[in-house]
Amino acid sequence: MRSKVADTDAARAGARDELVLADRTLPSRLLLGSGGFTSFELLAQAVTASGTALVTVALRRIDPQARGSLLDVLEGLGVAVLPNTAGCYTARDAVSTARLGREALQTDWVKLEVIGDEQTLLPDATELLLAAEQLVADGFVVLPYTTDDPILARRLEDVGCAAVMPLGSPIGSGMGIVNPYNIALICEHAGVPVVLDAGVGTASDAALAMELGCSAVLCASAISRAEDPVAMAEAIAAAVHAGRLARLAGRIPRRLHATASSPFDGMPDLG
Amino acid sequence: MIYVNGSEQPDAANVVALLERLGIGAQARGVAVALDGEVLPRSQWPSVPLAPGTRVEVVGAIQGG
Repeated sequence: MRSKVADTDAARAGARDELVLADRTLPSRLLLGSGGFTSFELLAQAVTASGTALVTVALRRIDPQARGSLLDVLEGLGVAVLPNTAGCYTARDAVSTARLGREALQTDWVKLEVIGDEQTLLPDATELLLAAEQLVADGFVVLPYTTDDPILARRLEDVGCAAVMPLGSPIGSGMGIVNPYNIALICEHAGVPVVLDAGVGTASDAALAMELGCSAVLCASAISRAEDPVAMAEAIAAAVHAGRLARLAGRIPRRLHATASSPFDGMPDLG
Repeated sequence: MIYVNGSEQPDAANVVALLERLGIGAQARGVAVALDGEVLPRSQWPSVPLAPGTRVEVVGAIQGG
């Protein structure tokens, strides 16, 4: 069963099979979080190895002494920057942070995160929906980090989000996709791209996300905290591509019993 | 006194003057400013006076997400 999203995406992007997100066409279906890299150099190498075209950043108080050139690094790599609202617990804070991001980075795109507590970093559904509604009304292209709840995903789409970004498992947990049935349900019903966000631990998790019908995968820790982040960036990029191809190819159904691939007719009598 | 990123600072005439004093500079890319919780667009940095007691937040992009 193919999702309408996968098919619409493929049709719109044509033979190159690019990701269409709001008004942008992206050459890669892997989005990268910039958190956790131990140096700008490593981040730059991982960005290149991943082939990504969109990289998230967070907004924090500026330390005049410790100002680096993160934006220069990302600009030099030719990737677009996606500000997030990480660390916000309320719709009010998330909306304010999104506005700061828009002002600082001159983009109306925002990765909306509204978390419920520090231990799980799970989204707070009611605050998230409220913030999404306000930001859409304020002209933002809202990409919400959400739970793997198909109903909430639908509500986020209904209020005008440009994508839905369900978690596979909690941020940084590396537990992969703990409820693939929910991710498949979200993909089946979504009219906007579904981006698997959070939980990827290794390449196979990213491939599974794509096979389930996601349009893209967003990874941070799985790459930045791997033993060799650059090699993992390449591995996950390959997995996203492989998973996407497999999705479009259409997998065989799972069956309880074997189905022979060699015919039984014409067997020689060797008795 | 004004409060800049949570610390007390001497008054400043406006955001441009404050950013110059902090060594950030008003031309710095990737910077946003909020006064008492409301974003102040860059175009208004030179014109809006900073009243004593104002809470000023100066933010920029860092690695994250």
